[in-house]
Formats: sequence, C-alpha cells, structure tokens
Amino acid sequence: MNAEKRVLIIIPAWNEAGSIADVIAEVRDELPAYDVLVVNDGSTDDTERVALAAGARVVSLPYNLGVGGAMRLGYRYAHEHDYDVAIQIDADGQHDPRYVPKLIDALGEASVVIGARFAGEGDYQVRGPRRWAMGLLSRVLSRMAKTTLSDTTSGFRACDREIIRLFAQWYPVEYLGDTVETLVRVIRLGHPVAQVPVAMRPRAAGMPSNSPAKAMIYLGRALITLLLAVNRR
Amino acid sequence: MKLAIMTGVVALLLLALIFELLRRRQLREKYAVLWLVVGLVTLPLGFIPWSLDNVSSWLGVASGASLVLFLAVVFLLVVCIHLSWEASRLEDETRALAEEVALIRAELRDVKEQQAEQAAEQTTGQQGANGTAPKAPNGAAHGAPNGTANGRPVPIVAQRDGKAVVGER
Repeated sequence: MNAEKRVLIIIPAWNEAGSIADVIAEVRDELPAYDVLVVNDGSTDDTERVALAAGARVVSLPYNLGVGGAMRLGYRYAHEHDYDVAIQIDADGQHDPRYVPKLIDALGEASVVIGARFAGEGDYQVRGPRRWAMGLLSRVLSRMAKTTLSDTTSGFRACDREIIRLFAQWYPVEYLGDTVETLVRVIRLGHPVAQVPVAMRPRAAGMPSNSPAKAMIYLGRALITLLLAVNRR
Repeated sequence: MKLAIMTGVVALLLLALIFELLRRRQLREKYAVLWLVVGLVTLPLGFIPWSLDNVSSWLGVASGASLVLFLAVVFLLVVCIHLSWEASRLEDETRALAEEVALIRAELRDVKEQQAEQAAEQTTGQQGANGTAPKAPNGAAHGAPNGTANGRPVPIVAQRDGKAVVGER
C-alpha cells in the first residue's frame, strides 16, 4: 500500500550490540521493502559489525554525539539519498515495527507522525516527576499543535520529505531537544503533526532509568527545554 | 610602594607570557590582540595603582583599586561568555565534520563492496569465456582507445595518473 514510497528506517544505536541484531531482523522481516539504516553513535562495542552482519546499512560517527546528533546524521543520509519517508525506531526493541505502516498511512494528513505510548494501546506507564514532566509537555505541545499529542517524548516517529530536509540541516543535540524541541519547531513552521497509538514492549536489553532523583532532573530539564524551545526563533 | 612593585611585576609577567605564546604561534591573532591590549593597560596601572583614584571618586567608587577590580570581573565574565559561545560553535563544527566522516566511510564501504563484486565477476567471467577478451577492469573502460562518454566516442586528449582525461576538440 506504501509500495511507491521510498522509506528509510533510521535506528540510532549507542552500544546496542546486544539487541540491535534482533531489532534489524524483525524490521526486515516485517517491512522487507524498506531500507534500514543504523546510525552507530560512537559505540565502543560491536554494534557496527553486528548491524552490518544483520543486513542493515550503517553510518558510524567517530565519537558519541547523543540521540540528536545521531538523528541529524540519519536525516542527512535520508535527504542525500532522496527518501520520501524517514521512520525513527529505537535500538532497544521497544518499538514494534508492525506499527510502521500505520504511521506512514497517517503521513498523508501530517508531516510528522508520532507513535504515542499513552494513547490507548498497550499498558506503558510512568509515575512521579517523570509523569508530571511528560504531562506538562504534552499539554503545552497539544495546545500549540491544536491536536492531541499525548506522548511528545516518543522516539518512534515518521517524517515526510519536507521534514527530512529540515531535520537534515537542523536537529538539536541537547537532551530532550531531539524530541521536544524538534516538535516545537515543526509546529511553529506550520507543519501538521499527528499521532498514532502504539503499544510499547519491554526493552530487549538495557534498563530504563527509574530513580526518583533522575526523574526530578528529567522534570527540570524538560521545563528548561520547553522554555528555551518556545522562546527560540 | 610595595603594592605598586607587586602589581607591576605581575603585569610584566603577563605581558611576557602573552608575547611568548604569540611568538610560538600558540594563540590566534584575535585573542592575542585582546590580551596584549589587556596587558598594556594593566602595566601602567600596576606601577601606579593610584592613577585611577580621580576617575573612581568622580564615579563614586571609594578607591581606584576597587574600580579596577570591578572592571576586571566584568571583563572576565564577558571573556568567559565569549569562550562558551566559541566552544558551542566549535562543537557544532566538529559535529558537522563527524557526520561528514560517517557518510564518507559508509560510501567508501559501498564502493569497496562494488569493486569486490566486480572483481569477482571478472574472474568468473574470464574462466567461463576461456580465451575471449576479458572485460576491462574498473574504470579502464575509459582508457580504451577512443573512449566513450554517454555512448558517444570522445577523443582522448591526455592521460594523467593512468586516468584518461577526455575532452571535446
């Protein structure tokens, strides 16, 4: 149904040798027509070799830049190789590639489609300051976008050609900038944003950070990011 | 008098340090000029610390020394802000370079794979054809007599580094 579009699946990976092969295999299995690009973000483990062996294309940054840095490189690659759609998927296996066609379908009406975790599907939950931060972000951004965006920090997104061009030139490296600030910019430039409910799976490898102190820091950084993003031109 | 000697000597040492860094080309000119000016301003102030007393009393500051201290703090703050700005810019630049390196490496890997494939094709082709002229190796197609470009014969004008340079006459 999306056969005529050239689609690139971008997977930013930093020391994900443990899970990347399964993620790539699953994506290629579910979506054989799409190209898979792993952006190896300065990994010190075997990520690059494992990803190549799994059949993905790999671009390797010489040192760790963070998700934002990896994503700009991914979008640059998509732009230079003339892809119509870029999908961002996490390397830890928590995003289910079976939702990708739904995301692409929704791209008809929106320039950016977010795979949202709290929109009905699945039972993903967070508590405490992290939850307040996410709630605040989603309220503010929903208002700006004039649509419901219940999960603004999701790393599961689809972008059309115009957004690929934007992100290839501009993509913040700062923490949370990669999700929140990019959304603010996209909305401000007048591009429509939509969301598709997705179920999240537990991570295949690695542990999510859950300590209360980290959650408080997360809240603080979310506020700073939001304040800066909204005031930037 | 002791104070004047101490501050003056410090100013001299600073000037000497800046000059030495400049001489060894360790400082970019834009910074060198800035620090030289700072050194030249502090030198007379070091030897005659009370020279600013008139100005400071006119400004309502108790003594010249505190005026100098205040100005120094402001100046250092501005320099610090400038340096963090500069560091952010440098990070942006290295980030762009890192991306470029990653893209080039990926492209290089593709090219190498293509070459390996072509080389493999040639050896199998040679074995199969047995005696017929083998396909020209990579890039050598342009080196063939009267090389072609876009299917049109183009005369070879010169050869450099083993590569044929073609042009229209």
